[in-house]
Amino acid sequence: MASGVKPRVKVPRTAAVGDVITIKTLISHKMESGQRKDKEGNIIPQSIINTFSCDFNGQNIMSVDLSGAVSTNPYFQFEATVPEAGDFTFTWNDDDGSVYTETKSVKIG
Amino acid sequence: MDFTRRDALILGAGAATAALLPVGVFAAAGDEEIAAFTGGADVSEGGVELTAPEIAENGNTVPVAVSAPGATAIMLLAMGNPSPRVATFNFGPLAGAQAASTRIRLAGTQEVVAIAKLADGSFARASSNVKVTIGGCGG
Amino acid sequence: MNNMTSKHAAVLATVAAMTLGAGVALAQGLVINGEVTLTNEAPAAAHLENLDKVYSGWNFRSIETQALQLDDFDNPGMIFVDQATDQWDVVEGGADESCASCHEGGPEEFAGLRVVLPRWNEDADALWSMEDYINNCRTERMQAEAWKWSESKMTAMTALIGLQSRGMPVNVAIDGPVADIWAQGKELYYTRVGQLDMSCSNCHEDNYDVMIRADHLSQGQTNGFPSYRLKNAKLNSIHGRFKGCMKNIRATPYAEGSDEFHALELYVASRGNGLSVEGTSVRN
Repeated sequence: MASGVKPRVKVPRTAAVGDVITIKTLISHKMESGQRKDKEGNIIPQSIINTFSCDFNGQNIMSVDLSGAVSTNPYFQFEATVPEAGDFTFTWNDDDGSVYTETKSVKIG
Repeated sequence: MDFTRRDALILGAGAATAALLPVGVFAAAGDEEIAAFTGGADVSEGGVELTAPEIAENGNTVPVAVSAPGATAIMLLAMGNPSPRVATFNFGPLAGAQAASTRIRLAGTQEVVAIAKLADGSFARASSNVKVTIGGCGG
Repeated sequence: MNNMTSKHAAVLATVAAMTLGAGVALAQGLVINGEVTLTNEAPAAAHLENLDKVYSGWNFRSIETQALQLDDFDNPGMIFVDQATDQWDVVEGGADESCASCHEGGPEEFAGLRVVLPRWNEDADALWSMEDYINNCRTERMQAEAWKWSESKMTAMTALIGLQSRGMPVNVAIDGPVADIWAQGKELYYTRVGQLDMSCSNCHEDNYDVMIRADHLSQGQTNGFPSYRLKNAKLNSIHGRFKGCMKNIRATPYAEGSDEFHALELYVASRGNGLSVEGTSVRN
Protein backbone atom coordinates (compact mmCIF):
# COMPACT_ATOMS: atom_id res chain seq x y z
CA MET A 1 0.00 0.00 0.00
CA ALA A 2 1.31 3.41 -0.92
CA SER A 3 2.06 5.38 2.22
CA GLY A 4 -0.18 8.09 3.59
CA VAL A 5 -3.18 7.35 1.40
CA LYS A 6 -6.32 8.76 2.94
CA PRO A 7 -9.70 9.05 1.23
CA ARG A 8 -12.15 11.86 1.97
CA VAL A 9 -15.71 12.04 0.73
CA LYS A 10 -18.44 14.60 1.17
CA VAL A 11 -22.04 13.47 0.89
CA PRO A 12 -25.16 15.04 2.43
CA ARG A 13 -26.45 13.02 5.38
CA THR A 14 -30.08 13.30 4.34
CA ALA A 15 -31.95 13.66 1.06
CA ALA A 16 -35.49 13.37 -0.30
CA VAL A 17 -36.38 10.44 -2.55
CA GLY A 18 -35.34 11.31 -6.08
CA ASP A 19 -33.04 14.14 -5.03
CA VAL A 20 -29.95 14.81 -7.07
CA ILE A 21 -27.07 15.46 -4.71
CA THR A 22 -23.49 16.61 -5.21
CA ILE A 23 -20.70 14.31 -4.11
CA LYS A 24 -17.07 15.30 -3.72
CA THR A 25 -14.16 12.91 -3.25
CA LEU A 26 -10.48 13.47 -2.61
CA ILE A 27 -7.79 10.91 -1.89
CA SER A 28 -4.23 11.64 -0.89
CA HIS A 29 -2.01 9.97 -3.46
CA LYS A 30 1.14 11.11 -5.19
CA MET A 31 -0.05 9.90 -8.63
CA GLU A 32 3.46 9.18 -9.89
CA SER A 33 2.92 9.73 -13.59
CA GLY A 34 5.58 7.49 -15.10
CA GLN A 35 6.88 10.56 -16.95
CA ARG A 36 9.39 11.72 -14.37
CA LYS A 37 13.03 10.76 -13.98
CA ASP A 38 15.03 10.32 -10.80
CA LYS A 39 18.41 11.93 -10.14
CA GLU A 40 20.21 9.16 -12.04
CA GLY A 41 18.04 9.77 -15.07
CA ASN A 42 15.98 6.59 -14.73
CA ILE A 43 12.24 6.78 -15.34
CA ILE A 44 10.30 6.58 -12.08
CA PRO A 45 7.69 3.87 -12.77
CA GLN A 46 4.05 4.87 -12.88
CA SER A 47 2.21 4.41 -9.60
CA ILE A 48 -1.29 5.84 -9.66
CA ILE A 49 -4.88 5.34 -8.63
CA ASN A 50 -6.07 3.72 -11.87
CA THR A 51 -9.82 3.45 -11.26
CA PHE A 52 -12.39 5.08 -9.05
CA SER A 53 -16.02 4.14 -8.68
CA CYS A 54 -19.02 5.24 -6.69
CA ASP A 55 -22.07 3.03 -6.18
CA PHE A 56 -25.27 3.32 -4.21
CA ASN A 57 -26.91 0.14 -2.84
CA GLY A 58 -25.07 -1.81 -5.51
CA GLN A 59 -26.03 0.41 -8.45
CA ASN A 60 -23.36 2.42 -10.20
CA ILE A 61 -23.27 6.20 -10.22
CA MET A 62 -19.94 6.83 -11.88
CA SER A 63 -16.70 5.01 -12.54
CA VAL A 64 -13.53 6.66 -13.78
CA ASP A 65 -10.45 5.29 -15.52
CA LEU A 66 -7.54 7.49 -14.52
CA SER A 67 -4.16 8.08 -16.12
CA GLY A 68 -1.02 9.72 -14.80
CA ALA A 69 -2.35 13.07 -16.02
CA VAL A 70 -4.79 13.30 -13.12
CA SER A 71 -3.26 15.58 -10.49
CA THR A 72 -1.70 14.50 -7.21
CA ASN A 73 -4.43 13.90 -4.62
CA PRO A 74 -7.17 13.02 -7.17
CA TYR A 75 -10.38 15.00 -6.76
CA PHE A 76 -13.79 14.33 -8.28
CA GLN A 77 -17.06 16.16 -8.03
CA PHE A 78 -20.20 14.61 -9.54
CA GLU A 79 -23.91 14.17 -9.03
CA ALA A 80 -25.99 11.23 -7.86
CA THR A 81 -29.69 10.46 -7.74
CA VAL A 82 -30.89 9.14 -4.39
CA PRO A 83 -33.75 6.65 -4.95
CA GLU A 84 -34.00 5.48 -1.33
CA ALA A 85 -32.10 5.41 1.95
CA GLY A 86 -28.89 3.44 1.78
CA ASP A 87 -25.13 3.44 1.44
CA PHE A 88 -22.76 5.05 -0.97
CA THR A 89 -19.62 3.04 -1.48
CA PHE A 90 -16.47 4.59 -2.89
CA THR A 91 -13.61 2.50 -4.24
CA TRP A 92 -10.17 3.56 -5.40
CA ASN A 93 -7.83 0.98 -7.00
CA ASP A 94 -4.10 1.56 -6.77
CA ASP A 95 -1.54 0.33 -9.32
CA ASP A 96 0.18 -1.50 -6.46
CA GLY A 97 -2.92 -3.63 -5.93
CA SER A 98 -4.21 -1.75 -2.90
CA VAL A 99 -7.92 -0.98 -2.74
CA TYR A 100 -9.16 1.93 -0.67
CA THR A 101 -12.83 2.10 0.22
CA GLU A 102 -15.14 4.45 2.03
CA THR A 103 -18.86 4.16 2.84
CA LYS A 104 -21.35 6.92 3.57
CA SER A 105 -24.98 6.45 4.53
CA VAL A 106 -27.76 8.73 3.47
CA LYS A 107 -31.12 8.90 5.21
CA ILE A 108 -34.41 9.95 3.71
CA GLY A 109 -35.77 12.96 5.54
CA MET B 1 13.82 33.10 -11.28
CA ASP B 2 16.00 30.04 -11.79
CA PHE B 3 16.89 31.42 -15.14
CA THR B 4 20.21 32.18 -16.72
CA ARG B 5 21.20 33.11 -20.22
CA ARG B 6 22.41 29.56 -20.71
CA ASP B 7 19.07 28.19 -19.55
CA ALA B 8 17.33 30.55 -21.91
CA LEU B 9 19.35 29.24 -24.83
CA ILE B 10 18.74 25.63 -23.87
CA LEU B 11 15.04 26.30 -23.38
CA GLY B 12 14.87 28.15 -26.64
CA ALA B 13 16.47 25.25 -28.47
CA GLY B 14 14.18 22.82 -26.67
CA ALA B 15 11.12 24.82 -27.54
CA ALA B 16 12.11 24.97 -31.18
CA THR B 17 12.60 21.21 -31.27
CA ALA B 18 9.36 20.66 -29.39
CA ALA B 19 7.52 22.85 -31.84
CA LEU B 20 8.82 20.82 -34.74
CA LEU B 21 8.59 17.31 -33.42
CA PRO B 22 6.86 15.94 -30.36
CA VAL B 23 3.67 18.03 -30.43
CA GLY B 24 2.78 16.42 -33.73
CA VAL B 25 3.63 13.01 -32.29
CA PHE B 26 1.50 13.62 -29.21
CA ALA B 27 -1.39 14.96 -31.26
CA ALA B 28 -1.33 11.78 -33.36
CA ALA B 29 -1.30 9.76 -30.15
CA GLY B 30 -4.34 11.74 -29.00
CA ASP B 31 -6.14 11.04 -32.26
CA GLU B 32 -5.39 7.34 -31.80
CA GLU B 33 -6.86 7.42 -28.29
CA ILE B 34 -9.97 9.09 -29.65
CA ALA B 35 -10.29 6.55 -32.46
CA ALA B 36 -9.96 3.72 -29.94
CA PHE B 37 -12.75 5.27 -27.86
CA THR B 38 -15.11 5.94 -30.75
CA GLY B 39 -14.25 2.87 -32.80
CA GLY B 40 -13.58 5.26 -35.65
CA ALA B 41 -17.13 6.63 -35.72
CA ASP B 42 -17.80 10.22 -36.77
CA VAL B 43 -17.53 12.82 -34.02
CA SER B 44 -19.71 15.91 -34.15
CA GLU B 45 -19.45 19.23 -32.33
CA GLY B 46 -22.07 20.01 -29.69
CA GLY B 47 -23.69 17.84 -27.05
CA VAL B 48 -20.73 17.95 -24.70
CA GLU B 49 -19.44 20.83 -22.66
CA LEU B 50 -15.89 21.28 -21.42
CA THR B 51 -15.01 23.91 -18.84
CA ALA B 52 -11.34 24.74 -18.36
CA PRO B 53 -9.49 27.93 -17.46
CA GLU B 54 -8.18 30.03 -20.33
CA ILE B 55 -4.97 30.48 -18.38
CA ALA B 56 -3.83 27.92 -15.83
CA GLU B 57 -1.72 29.35 -13.03
CA ASN B 58 0.07 26.03 -12.62
CA GLY B 59 0.04 23.10 -15.02
CA ASN B 60 0.23 20.71 -12.07
CA THR B 61 -3.35 21.27 -10.97
CA VAL B 62 -5.76 22.51 -13.61
CA PRO B 63 -9.47 22.33 -12.71
CA VAL B 64 -11.65 21.01 -15.52
CA ALA B 65 -15.30 20.01 -15.78
CA VAL B 66 -17.13 17.94 -18.40
CA SER B 67 -20.84 17.58 -19.00
CA ALA B 68 -22.88 15.77 -21.65
CA PRO B 69 -26.57 15.22 -20.86
CA GLY B 70 -27.54 11.60 -21.47
CA ALA B 71 -24.00 10.44 -22.23
CA THR B 72 -22.82 7.03 -21.12
CA ALA B 73 -19.16 8.04 -21.05
CA ILE B 74 -16.90 11.06 -21.49
CA MET B 75 -13.24 10.77 -22.34
CA LEU B 76 -10.92 13.62 -21.40
CA LEU B 77 -7.65 14.17 -23.27
CA ALA B 78 -4.74 16.57 -23.05
CA MET B 79 -3.56 16.54 -26.65
CA GLY B 80 -0.14 18.04 -25.89
CA ASN B 81 0.79 15.75 -22.99
CA PRO B 82 3.37 13.02 -23.61
CA SER B 83 0.53 10.60 -22.91
CA PRO B 84 -2.71 12.31 -23.99
CA ARG B 85 -5.22 10.15 -22.13
CA VAL B 86 -6.32 11.87 -18.92
CA ALA B 87 -9.45 10.12 -17.68
CA THR B 88 -12.64 8.45 -18.86
CA PHE B 89 -15.83 8.99 -16.89
CA ASN B 90 -18.45 6.23 -17.19
CA PHE B 91 -21.91 7.10 -15.93
CA GLY B 92 -24.16 4.53 -14.29
CA PRO B 93 -27.94 4.37 -13.81
CA LEU B 94 -27.85 6.50 -10.65
CA ALA B 95 -25.76 9.35 -12.07
CA GLY B 96 -27.64 12.54 -11.20
CA ALA B 97 -26.11 14.20 -14.23
CA GLN B 98 -23.63 13.07 -16.83
CA ALA B 99 -21.11 15.54 -15.54
CA ALA B 100 -17.94 15.56 -13.45
CA SER B 101 -15.13 17.84 -12.31
CA THR B 102 -11.54 16.93 -11.61
CA ARG B 103 -8.01 18.40 -11.58
CA ILE B 104 -5.48 17.50 -14.22
CA ARG B 105 -1.84 17.94 -15.23
CA LEU B 106 -0.94 19.78 -18.39
CA ALA B 107 2.64 19.60 -19.63
CA GLY B 108 2.31 22.99 -21.33
CA THR B 109 -0.04 25.23 -23.26
CA GLN B 110 -2.26 22.94 -25.30
CA GLU B 111 -5.69 21.80 -26.41
CA VAL B 112 -7.82 19.89 -23.91
CA VAL B 113 -10.49 17.71 -25.54
CA ALA B 114 -13.63 15.97 -24.26
CA ILE B 115 -15.28 13.23 -26.32
CA ALA B 116 -18.72 12.08 -25.17
CA LYS B 117 -20.47 8.87 -26.09
CA LEU B 118 -24.07 10.04 -26.23
CA ALA B 119 -27.21 8.06 -25.39
CA ASP B 120 -27.89 7.27 -29.05
CA GLY B 121 -24.39 5.85 -29.48
CA SER B 122 -23.09 8.83 -31.43
CA PHE B 123 -20.03 10.82 -30.37
CA ALA B 124 -19.59 14.50 -29.64
CA ARG B 125 -16.48 16.60 -29.13
CA ALA B 126 -15.61 19.80 -27.31
CA SER B 127 -12.20 21.38 -26.90
CA SER B 128 -10.57 24.23 -25.09
CA ASN B 129 -7.15 25.79 -25.42
CA VAL B 130 -5.48 26.20 -22.04
CA LYS B 131 -2.44 28.42 -21.65
CA VAL B 132 -0.11 27.10 -18.99
CA THR B 133 2.02 29.84 -17.47
CA ILE B 134 5.58 29.65 -16.25
CA GLY B 135 6.05 31.10 -12.80
CA GLY B 136 8.27 34.08 -12.20
CA CYS B 137 10.53 32.34 -9.71
CA GLY B 138 10.83 29.00 -11.43
CA GLY B 139 7.25 28.13 -10.68
CA MET C 1 -2.96 47.68 -6.02
CA ASN C 2 -5.37 50.40 -7.02
CA ASN C 3 -7.60 47.97 -8.79
CA MET C 4 -7.57 45.38 -6.11
CA THR C 5 -10.96 46.16 -4.66
CA SER C 6 -12.93 46.11 -7.85
CA LYS C 7 -10.91 43.28 -9.34
CA HIS C 8 -11.29 41.38 -6.13
CA ALA C 9 -15.03 41.87 -6.14
CA ALA C 10 -15.18 40.62 -9.71
CA VAL C 11 -13.19 37.55 -8.78
CA LEU C 12 -15.47 36.78 -5.89
CA ALA C 13 -18.50 37.33 -8.03
CA THR C 14 -17.18 34.85 -10.55
CA VAL C 15 -16.23 32.30 -7.94
CA ALA C 16 -19.59 32.66 -6.24
CA ALA C 17 -21.38 32.35 -9.55
CA MET C 18 -19.45 29.20 -10.37
CA THR C 19 -20.16 27.68 -6.99
CA LEU C 20 -23.65 28.81 -6.23
CA GLY C 21 -25.16 29.76 -9.55
CA ALA C 22 -26.29 33.20 -10.59
CA GLY C 23 -28.53 35.40 -8.52
CA VAL C 24 -27.08 34.60 -5.11
CA ALA C 25 -26.18 37.58 -2.94
CA LEU C 26 -22.42 37.97 -2.89
CA ALA C 27 -20.35 38.11 0.24
CA GLN C 28 -17.36 40.41 0.25
CA GLY C 29 -14.03 38.96 1.28
CA LEU C 30 -12.41 35.60 1.65
CA VAL C 31 -15.14 33.38 3.07
CA ILE C 32 -14.49 29.72 3.78
CA ASN C 33 -17.35 27.21 3.58
CA GLY C 34 -19.70 30.18 3.33
CA GLU C 35 -19.17 30.64 7.08
CA VAL C 36 -15.74 31.80 8.16
CA THR C 37 -14.82 35.28 6.98
CA LEU C 38 -11.11 35.92 6.79
CA THR C 39 -9.48 39.33 6.76
CA ASN C 40 -7.52 39.34 3.53
CA GLU C 41 -6.67 43.02 3.51
CA ALA C 42 -5.88 45.20 6.48
CA PRO C 43 -4.27 48.51 7.31
CA ALA C 44 -0.51 48.11 7.58
CA ALA C 45 0.90 47.96 11.10
CA ALA C 46 2.55 51.14 12.36
CA HIS C 47 6.02 49.66 12.02
CA LEU C 48 5.62 49.21 8.27
CA GLU C 49 7.05 52.42 6.83
CA ASN C 50 6.54 51.59 3.18
CA LEU C 51 3.09 50.01 2.97
CA ASP C 52 -0.36 51.41 3.59
CA LYS C 53 -2.25 48.17 3.35
CA VAL C 54 -1.37 44.53 3.66
CA TYR C 55 -2.92 41.79 1.54
CA SER C 56 -3.19 38.05 1.85
CA GLY C 57 -1.40 36.10 -0.86
CA TRP C 58 -4.84 34.73 -1.75
CA ASN C 59 -5.70 38.07 -3.38
CA PHE C 60 -2.94 37.60 -5.94
CA ARG C 61 -3.92 34.16 -7.19
CA SER C 62 -6.06 33.22 -10.14
CA ILE C 63 -9.81 32.70 -9.78
CA GLU C 64 -9.36 28.94 -10.00
CA THR C 65 -6.65 28.84 -7.35
CA GLN C 66 -8.65 31.15 -5.08
CA ALA C 67 -11.67 28.89 -5.41
CA LEU C 68 -9.69 25.93 -4.06
CA GLN C 69 -9.46 27.65 -0.69
CA LEU C 70 -13.09 28.67 -0.37
CA ASP C 71 -14.31 25.23 0.64
CA ASP C 72 -12.49 22.97 3.06
CA PHE C 73 -13.36 19.96 0.99
CA ASP C 74 -11.95 21.45 -2.18
CA ASN C 75 -8.80 22.51 -0.32
CA PRO C 76 -6.26 19.71 -0.85
CA GLY C 77 -4.30 20.94 2.18
CA MET C 78 -7.08 19.62 4.38
CA ILE C 79 -6.07 16.03 3.60
CA PHE C 80 -2.98 16.69 5.65
CA VAL C 81 -5.03 18.19 8.46
CA ASP C 82 -6.91 14.85 8.51
CA GLN C 83 -3.62 13.00 8.63
CA ALA C 84 -2.46 15.14 11.55
CA THR C 85 -5.75 14.48 13.34
CA ASP C 86 -4.93 10.76 13.12
CA GLN C 87 -1.33 11.43 14.15
CA TRP C 88 -2.58 13.29 17.22
CA ASP C 89 -3.56 9.97 18.82
CA VAL C 90 -0.49 7.99 17.77
CA VAL C 91 1.53 6.86 20.79
CA GLU C 92 5.24 7.15 20.12
CA GLY C 93 8.50 7.30 22.03
CA GLY C 94 9.86 6.13 25.36
CA ALA C 95 7.17 7.84 27.44
CA ASP C 96 4.48 5.87 25.64
CA GLU C 97 2.44 8.98 24.94
CA SER C 98 0.65 10.73 22.11
CA CYS C 99 -0.28 14.38 21.71
CA ALA C 100 -3.66 13.44 23.15
CA SER C 101 -2.09 12.06 26.34
CA CYS C 102 -1.28 15.56 27.57
CA HIS C 103 -3.57 17.74 25.48
CA GLU C 104 -6.85 16.22 26.56
CA GLY C 105 -8.83 19.07 25.08
CA GLY C 106 -7.64 18.10 21.61
CA PRO C 107 -6.05 20.41 19.06
CA GLU C 108 -8.76 22.94 19.98
CA GLU C 109 -6.66 23.72 23.07
CA PHE C 110 -4.41 25.64 20.74
CA ALA C 111 -6.94 28.14 19.44
CA GLY C 112 -5.11 31.45 19.35
CA LEU C 113 -1.58 30.03 19.44
CA ARG C 114 -0.78 30.44 15.74
CA VAL C 115 -1.46 34.18 15.81
CA VAL C 116 1.34 34.94 18.27
CA LEU C 117 4.02 32.68 16.79
CA PRO C 118 6.92 32.92 16.60
CA ARG C 119 7.29 34.21 20.15
CA TRP C 120 9.83 34.46 22.92
CA ASN C 121 10.13 31.33 25.05
CA GLU C 122 11.44 32.37 28.44
CA ASP C 123 12.45 28.85 29.51
CA ALA C 124 14.36 28.19 26.32
CA ASP C 125 15.72 31.73 26.19
CA ALA C 126 14.98 31.75 22.47
CA LEU C 127 12.43 32.70 19.84
CA TRP C 128 10.25 29.67 19.13
CA SER C 129 8.22 28.79 16.07
CA MET C 130 5.42 26.26 16.18
CA GLU C 131 7.81 23.62 14.91
CA ASP C 132 10.00 24.17 17.97
CA TYR C 133 7.06 23.66 20.30
CA ILE C 134 5.98 20.49 18.51
CA ASN C 135 9.46 19.01 18.55
CA ASN C 136 9.92 19.94 22.18
CA CYS C 137 6.78 17.95 22.99
CA ARG C 138 8.09 15.06 20.95
CA THR C 139 11.59 14.89 22.38
CA GLU C 140 10.97 15.99 26.00
CA ARG C 141 7.51 14.73 26.81
CA MET C 142 7.06 11.81 24.42
CA GLN C 143 10.74 10.92 24.28
CA ALA C 144 10.21 10.40 20.59
CA GLU C 145 12.39 11.51 17.72
CA ALA C 146 12.16 15.08 16.56
CA TRP C 147 10.54 15.66 13.19
CA LYS C 148 12.47 17.47 10.48
CA TRP C 149 11.41 21.07 10.05
CA SER C 150 9.50 20.57 6.80
CA GLU C 151 8.75 16.86 6.76
CA SER C 152 5.17 15.97 5.97
CA LYS C 153 4.17 14.98 9.51
CA MET C 154 5.48 18.30 10.79
CA THR C 155 3.77 20.49 8.20
CA ALA C 156 0.56 18.53 8.72
CA MET C 157 0.69 19.04 12.48
CA THR C 158 1.39 22.77 12.11
CA ALA C 159 -1.63 22.90 9.77
CA LEU C 160 -3.91 21.19 12.29
CA ILE C 161 -2.78 23.46 15.13
CA GLY C 162 -2.83 26.55 12.94
CA LEU C 163 -6.34 25.78 11.76
CA GLN C 164 -7.61 26.23 15.33
CA SER C 165 -6.78 29.94 14.96
CA ARG C 166 -8.39 30.38 11.57
CA GLY C 167 -9.95 33.82 11.23
CA MET C 168 -8.01 35.31 14.13
CA PRO C 169 -5.70 38.20 13.24
CA VAL C 170 -1.95 37.66 13.23
CA ASN C 171 -0.59 39.48 16.25
CA VAL C 172 3.07 38.76 16.89
CA ALA C 173 4.93 40.82 19.46
CA ILE C 174 7.95 42.72 18.17
CA ASP C 175 9.16 44.40 21.31
CA GLY C 176 10.56 43.32 24.68
CA PRO C 177 12.82 40.28 24.54
CA VAL C 178 12.37 39.84 20.78
CA ALA C 179 13.17 43.44 19.81
CA ASP C 180 16.73 42.64 18.74
CA ILE C 181 15.69 39.50 16.86
CA TRP C 182 12.96 41.44 15.07
CA ALA C 183 15.51 44.07 14.06
CA GLN C 184 17.77 41.31 12.75
CA GLY C 185 14.85 39.90 10.76
CA LYS C 186 14.15 43.32 9.32
CA GLU C 187 17.75 43.69 8.28
CA LEU C 188 17.65 40.30 6.56
CA TYR C 189 14.46 41.34 4.77
CA TYR C 190 16.08 44.40 3.26
CA THR C 191 19.53 42.95 2.57
CA ARG C 192 20.35 42.06 -1.03
CA VAL C 193 21.84 38.59 -1.35
CA GLY C 194 22.71 36.00 -3.96
CA GLN C 195 23.89 36.17 -7.52
CA LEU C 196 20.77 38.10 -8.48
CA ASP C 197 21.52 40.56 -5.69
CA MET C 198 17.95 40.81 -4.48
CA SER C 199 16.30 41.33 -1.14
CA CYS C 200 12.88 40.14 -0.02
CA SER C 201 11.70 43.72 -0.33
CA ASN C 202 12.62 44.01 -4.01
CA CYS C 203 9.81 41.65 -4.96
CA HIS C 204 7.41 41.68 -2.05
CA GLU C 205 7.43 45.35 -1.09
CA ASP C 206 8.63 47.32 -4.12
CA ASN C 207 6.91 45.21 -6.75
CA TYR C 208 3.98 43.34 -5.30
CA ASP C 209 0.95 43.28 -7.63
CA VAL C 210 3.36 43.27 -10.58
CA MET C 211 3.73 40.35 -12.94
CA ILE C 212 7.12 38.63 -12.81
CA ARG C 213 6.91 36.79 -16.09
CA ALA C 214 3.52 35.09 -15.76
CA ASP C 215 3.42 35.16 -12.00
CA HIS C 216 1.56 37.72 -9.91
CA LEU C 217 3.88 38.91 -7.13
CA SER C 218 2.34 38.94 -3.67
CA GLN C 219 3.45 40.73 -0.54
CA GLY C 220 5.00 37.48 0.68
CA GLN C 221 2.76 37.31 3.73
CA THR C 222 2.96 34.24 5.95
CA ASN C 223 -0.53 34.31 7.48
CA GLY C 224 -1.68 31.49 5.19
CA PHE C 225 1.07 29.03 6.07
CA PRO C 226 1.51 26.15 6.02
CA SER C 227 0.47 26.54 2.45
CA TYR C 228 -0.61 23.87 -0.06
CA ARG C 229 1.18 24.78 -3.27
CA LEU C 230 -0.05 23.56 -6.63
CA LYS C 231 3.58 23.53 -7.69
CA ASN C 232 4.56 20.67 -5.40
CA ALA C 233 1.14 19.42 -4.25
CA LYS C 234 2.03 19.39 -0.58
CA LEU C 235 2.09 21.60 2.48
CA ASN C 236 4.98 24.04 2.61
CA SER C 237 6.46 25.47 5.79
CA ILE C 238 7.40 29.11 6.19
CA HIS C 239 11.11 28.32 6.46
CA GLY C 240 10.81 25.99 3.47
CA ARG C 241 9.35 28.85 1.45
CA PHE C 242 12.13 31.20 2.55
CA LYS C 243 14.62 28.59 1.41
CA GLY C 244 12.89 28.35 -1.98
CA CYS C 245 12.97 32.13 -2.39
CA MET C 246 16.66 32.27 -1.57
CA LYS C 247 17.44 29.52 -4.06
CA ASN C 248 15.47 31.43 -6.70
CA ILE C 249 17.64 34.49 -6.26
CA ARG C 250 20.67 32.21 -6.32
CA ALA C 251 21.67 32.81 -2.76
CA THR C 252 22.85 30.13 -0.36
CA PRO C 253 19.80 29.52 1.81
CA TYR C 254 19.98 29.53 5.58
CA ALA C 255 18.98 26.27 7.20
CA GLU C 256 15.37 25.64 8.15
CA GLY C 257 15.17 26.23 11.89
CA SER C 258 18.23 28.52 11.85
CA ASP C 259 18.43 31.71 13.90
CA GLU C 260 18.28 33.70 10.66
CA PHE C 261 15.03 32.12 9.49
CA HIS C 262 13.53 32.43 12.97
CA ALA C 263 14.30 36.15 12.88
CA LEU C 264 12.98 36.50 9.35
CA GLU C 265 9.84 34.54 10.25
CA LEU C 266 9.16 36.94 13.09
CA TYR C 267 9.74 40.02 10.98
CA VAL C 268 7.64 38.79 8.04
CA ALA C 269 4.87 37.64 10.39
CA SER C 270 4.83 41.12 11.91
CA ARG C 271 4.33 42.60 8.45
CA GLY C 272 1.10 40.63 8.34
CA ASN C 273 -0.21 41.67 11.75
CA GLY C 274 -3.92 42.20 11.24
CA LEU C 275 -4.40 39.62 8.48
CA SER C 276 -6.29 36.47 9.41
CA VAL C 277 -4.60 33.19 10.03
CA GLU C 278 -5.93 31.14 7.12
CA GLY C 279 -5.32 27.70 8.56
CA THR C 280 -4.18 26.00 5.43
CA SER C 281 -4.03 28.21 2.39
CA VAL C 282 -3.82 27.21 -1.26
CA ARG C 283 -1.27 28.97 -3.42
CA ASN C 284 0.39 28.60 -6.77
